[in-house]
Formats: sequence, structure tokens, C-alpha cells
Amino acid sequence: MNHSLLMAILLLSPFVGFLINGARYRKNGPNLAGWLATTAIAISFICSILLVADLIGMPAESRRIAVSFFDWIVIDKLKVAAGFVVDPISAIMILVITGVGTLIHMFSIGYMHHDKGVAKYFAYLNLFVFNMLILVLGDSLLTMFVGWEGVGLCSYLLIGFWFTDKDKAAAGMKAFITNRIGDAAFLLGMFILFMTYGTLNFFDLNQLAPTVPEASWLGAATLGTLMLFIGATGKSAQIPLYVWLPDAMAGPTPVSALIHAATMVTAGVYMIVRLNAMFIAAPNTLMIIAVIGAATAVMAASIGMTQWDIKKVLAYSTVSQLGYMFLAAGVGAFGVAMFHLMTHAFFKALMFLGSGSVIHAMHEEQDIRKMGALKKYMPITHITFFFGWLAIIGMPPFAGFFSKDEILWKAMTSPLGHPLLWAAGVLGAVMTAFYMTRLMALTFWGKSRVPKEVHPHESPALMTIPLIVLGLLSIVGGWLGINHAISSILPGHPANVLEHWLGPVLREPSLDGVHHSVTMEWALMGVSVGLAALSAFVAYHFYVRSPETPKKIAESLGPVYRLISKKYLVDELYFGVIINPLIAFSKNLWHHVDVQVIDKTTYLLADLMKGGGSVVRTLQTGNMQQYAMYIGLGLVAVLSFVLMR
Amino acid sequence: MPSTDVINQIGLSHYLVLSAALFTMGFLGVLMRRNVLVMMMCIELMLNAVNLTFIAFSKFSGRIDGQIMVFFVMTIAAAEAAVGLAIIVSIFKRYREVNIRFFEHLKG
Repeated sequence: MNHSLLMAILLLSPFVGFLINGARYRKNGPNLAGWLATTAIAISFICSILLVADLIGMPAESRRIAVSFFDWIVIDKLKVAAGFVVDPISAIMILVITGVGTLIHMFSIGYMHHDKGVAKYFAYLNLFVFNMLILVLGDSLLTMFVGWEGVGLCSYLLIGFWFTDKDKAAAGMKAFITNRIGDAAFLLGMFILFMTYGTLNFFDLNQLAPTVPEASWLGAATLGTLMLFIGATGKSAQIPLYVWLPDAMAGPTPVSALIHAATMVTAGVYMIVRLNAMFIAAPNTLMIIAVIGAATAVMAASIGMTQWDIKKVLAYSTVSQLGYMFLAAGVGAFGVAMFHLMTHAFFKALMFLGSGSVIHAMHEEQDIRKMGALKKYMPITHITFFFGWLAIIGMPPFAGFFSKDEILWKAMTSPLGHPLLWAAGVLGAVMTAFYMTRLMALTFWGKSRVPKEVHPHESPALMTIPLIVLGLLSIVGGWLGINHAISSILPGHPANVLEHWLGPVLREPSLDGVHHSVTMEWALMGVSVGLAALSAFVAYHFYVRSPETPKKIAESLGPVYRLISKKYLVDELYFGVIINPLIAFSKNLWHHVDVQVIDKTTYLLADLMKGGGSVVRTLQTGNMQQYAMYIGLGLVAVLSFVLMR
Repeated sequence: MPSTDVINQIGLSHYLVLSAALFTMGFLGVLMRRNVLVMMMCIELMLNAVNLTFIAFSKFSGRIDGQIMVFFVMTIAAAEAAVGLAIIVSIFKRYREVNIRFFEHLKG
């Protein structure tokens, strides 16, 4: 089939699904709406596979399927086509989005079965996938921005899906507004790049990017990429704009899996990888990205250790894992960032769906203090979650091990890396192992703390099949990127598929003159895996064997523990420093400028008119003869004027 | 029987004075009478006073357009009378009287 047709079907299939379910949102029942939406995404998935299959058939240097449907904007120098591109980078994204998307849609049929607005839910979900596809397939920053805004809208709609609950509606607004702050910076970045390079097309920008890295902080590439990165911190929940993501858990759990774990939040990472040559030209930006990424990874992981809501733990875990991706991108290891993006999509979607399955079984209970020993009630959910757990804490040979280890390795050895970044990464990994084990232990193992009136049960097949598929992907997903050290001891020396796939389209810092021994690679790997395993064991010991210990430790830490469990008071800080002063300032404007000056002026004018009117009004009595007299007087006046002149 | 001399002695000013007198009477009638029918007649009087002026000027200037104007005025007067009488009839139907004060109800 020809490429533009495939591309059109790939893009429009979810949109058609959205239109049908959206138009019939009162009529379509859960099964019809759900299967319709799932089929729409499955069709996209098939198209993606066909396109990527064609891409694989092409020579490695020229793998690119570009389709331009029409000229979208033509104004003087600015020429933007509705152009979409599948290349090795977007190929990974569309496979993840449509593949994981199909599974999550399917899961949603079971999860949302009893909801009243189920057709509306699926319509939003399809619209989200449509926008996400535009985001990753668009061939210029502007087409990407369309999708970028679109997914933000869908995220808002789905977080506030149960909008009759005021807190949930507020969470949706918080997500939207926080994203808007990032989007403003994203726009500025686009302006800077367009002013300097005269184009917004990714491939042109990457071509035009300076080949000598900019040393100055005020260079166009540095400023432009920095602004784009601020946009990414909004969308991808990094310091300082990460605060919306934990609140976004107010949405239905499959939404958290699809939007707030697997796809949308990775858009920022994807954008950086897309513009890799431009970011490489701006080492100052990359340094900031790496530091922010590492800081986010550590900070979010530490908050994750203190949370009691199963979805909040996973949300902070997502923020932390996104931090790892930015850390990778920040040290110039764009391929590794994509690798972790992919494996994270598998295991985090799995764990969110698993938590959805648990919440479903517990009748909407999310507090892990009221769970425990769910292993025997929910064997499939437990075993798949178990795989996800092993993947995220980085145990070989599960998916997360390969990608996370590669990130840590690059953080240490890349010319842009630093041992401190590596240390932060390891610290994050240790905390990740701790909070994930804690989550496993409190939810599935140990003694049951389930209230008597709740009877947990395994979820229906519609929900467990996606879990099983994602569980398998969490095992094998990492095998696409096996590093040299491990490959050398494996039979057949499996190649690093992902590196070969992405290598030709990425401009990464040259490794010439940088030599690191394989021994060192093994040593670093051993340190991080060993520490993570130790941390997991400690957490297991704490929460299964002696549940009293963590409480004692928390008490002995006192204020530190309280600070962390209150999320470092960042929300309060934002309220105190930015939001409340802004509200106070606005209120002052309202009371003193709007009411006192603007309103008063208009009232004055109105009163003037009214006063004048009440004088003139006395003339209009309705007495016809009086009117006739006025006419007569007028005639006399005119005549006397004419005659006297 | 007055001789033609007498008729010839009637100058433009006589006609204008008569016309002005008629117009003023009509106008005062419109202003002062309470009966709408009478007021209508007064309006006719005013219109005809104007007509007289037109004719007089036409005769003394020797031009015909003043007389043509009169036909227009008469046409409009007829139309005005038709509309005015229709309003008077409907007012009468409602209030059983055609006093001008009932027209005050037309005020918005």
C-alpha cells in the first residue's frame, strides 16, 4: 500500500473513532464504545507495523518515510506543510503509542464498564491518541505543537473526567495551567529558532545546527533549546513544573497508564531526541537538562518512599523515571533516552494497569495501608506486577535493567557526563528499589489489612490479557538494547538492535579518545544492581517481616520524614511565593483599579447620560398638540433666522 | 358683480395674507381643539392654505410648476386623511370617543 494512504489511515483512524463515539456519547454502551475505540487504535497499530516494516527494508542511512498532505501555513518565509514523517525515532513512538494504547483501551473496557459516561471516555481517549500521533509524526515544531496542545487538552479532559468531584476538576485545571506555563516557553523557543534559522522543520533545523558547540549562554541554539526544554519540563513533569502529575492521578487509572506514564509525559524527551543535533550544539542546555533530570529522579523517588496512595507512589515513580530519561538526554545519550522511554512505557503502563486492577478489586480503595496479601486473591495481577517490579528496580534480565544501566553508564562515561550524575542516578535507583518493594509488600504480600466488608477478586480476562502482554514486554523489552559487556558473554553475541536502529539518525557526542574498560562497566553495573537489590531486600524485610521498623525510623527522622511525606512542601511554596501573591495582586487590581477607576468612569458616563436624558425626557409627554406646538415653534425659529439674517 | 378691474386689483400680497390667515387658523385649531376630527379638518385647512400660496405664486410668476406641486399636496392630503381616519376609527372603537388625550396612550 502506498505510504500516504497508510499514514492517513494511521492518523485518522483514532479521529474517526473519536467522532463516532463523541457524536453518540449518550447512546453508545460500554461494549460498543469500547470495542469501537479499541479497533480504531488497533487499525492504527497495524498501519504502524506496516510502515515500520517498510522502514526496516530501507537502507540504514536513508530510513525516512515523509508524507506531506497539503501546505498548511504559507506566510512569507514561514512555510509549514501538514507533513508527517516516520523515521527510526518516530517509529519507536508510534509502535509504543498504538501498541500500548490498544492494550490500555482494551483494559478500559473492563475497567470503565460501570461508568455512565463511558462513550465520552473512549472518545477522549481516541482523541488523545490522534493528537499524540500528530505530536510524534509531525515533521516540524509547529505540527508537533498542534499535537502538544491537543494532548494537553485531552489530558485535562481525562484527569477531570469525573468532574462532579471538585478536587478532580481542580486537578485537571492544575495540569492544564502548569502545562500552559511550559507551553509559553515552548513557543518562545520556537520563535528564537525560527528567527535564527528561518525554519521550523526538524530535519532542516538539525542540518542547520551549529557544528561547533556554542560556548555562550546567549547563543540562539542555547537559548532556543533551553526554552524548548522548559516546555518539556511542563509536559514531562520535571522540576520545577512536575507538580501537576501526582495530582493527575485523579483521572481514571487507564488514563494514568496511557497518558501519564506511557506516552504523553514522554513527549518532552521525544522532542529533545528529535532535535538532537540542535541540543548537542548547546552543551550548556544539556548540562541543565542532565542536572534537572538527575535532581528530579532523586527527589521524586524520595517522595515516592513516603506515599500511601498506590497511584501516587506510581506517579512519583513516573516523575523519577522521566528524570532518568532527561538525564540520559542531558549527557547526549539520546538513543538510551529513547530506550528507557520504551521500556518504561511497558513496565509503567503494566504497573498502572495492575494498580487499576487492584483498585477495581478493592472497590475504589487506593490506600495501600488497607491492602496486603492480595497475592492469593489476584494471582495474575500479582505475577504481572511482579515482573513490572523486577523491571523497574533494574534486575537483570528484565527490561528496566538494560535501559537504566545504560543510562548510568552514559552518565559516568559520556564526555558530557559526570560521576556526580552517576551517583545521583544510583541513589535514585536505590530509592526506586525501596519504594517499589514497599509497594509490592504492602499491596500483595505480608498480612492482609483488607477491611472485612471488601472481598477482593481477580479482574476479568479483558483486564488481565493486557496485563499479561505488558508483563511479557517488561521481560523481553530490554533485549533490544543489550550492551557490549553483557553481549560479549552471551552465546551468539546479540547485537544492540536499538543502537543500530537509532544510530544513523542521531548526532551524539563523539566517543573518540574516550576509553573505558569492560571491567569498569561490570563494576558499575554490579554496584548499581547490588545496591538496588540490597535496598529491595531491606524494604522487604521492613514491610513484610517487621512492619514496626519503618514507623520507628520515620519517627526517629522526625521533621525530615514529615518534610518528605509532605512532598517537600513544593505546592505550598508555589502557593506562597507565586500563586497567592498573584491572587492578592489581582485582587488589589480588581478593588482599586477595576472598581475604583474603570467602573467608576463608566458609571459616571452612564449617570451623565441618564441625567441628561431625564431633562430631555420631560419634553416627550405623549401630548400630540404639544408636539405640534414644538413644530410650530421650530418653524418660527427657522423662519426668523432666515428672514432676520 | 365686481368688474375685472376689481379682480385685477387683487395682488399677490392679498393672496398671501389670506393664505397666512388660513394657515394660522388651521394651526391654532390643531393646537387647541380636543376633537381629533376637527383637528384633521384643521390640518386640511393648513394644507389648503399652502396650496393657495402655491397657486398665487404660480399665477404671478407665470410659471406652471407651483400648480403641479398642488396636485402632489392634494394626493398626499388624501392619503393622510385615509390613514388619519383609520387611526381615529380604531381609537373610537376602543374608547368610544375621539378625544386627542387618548392618543397619549401611543407613547412608548
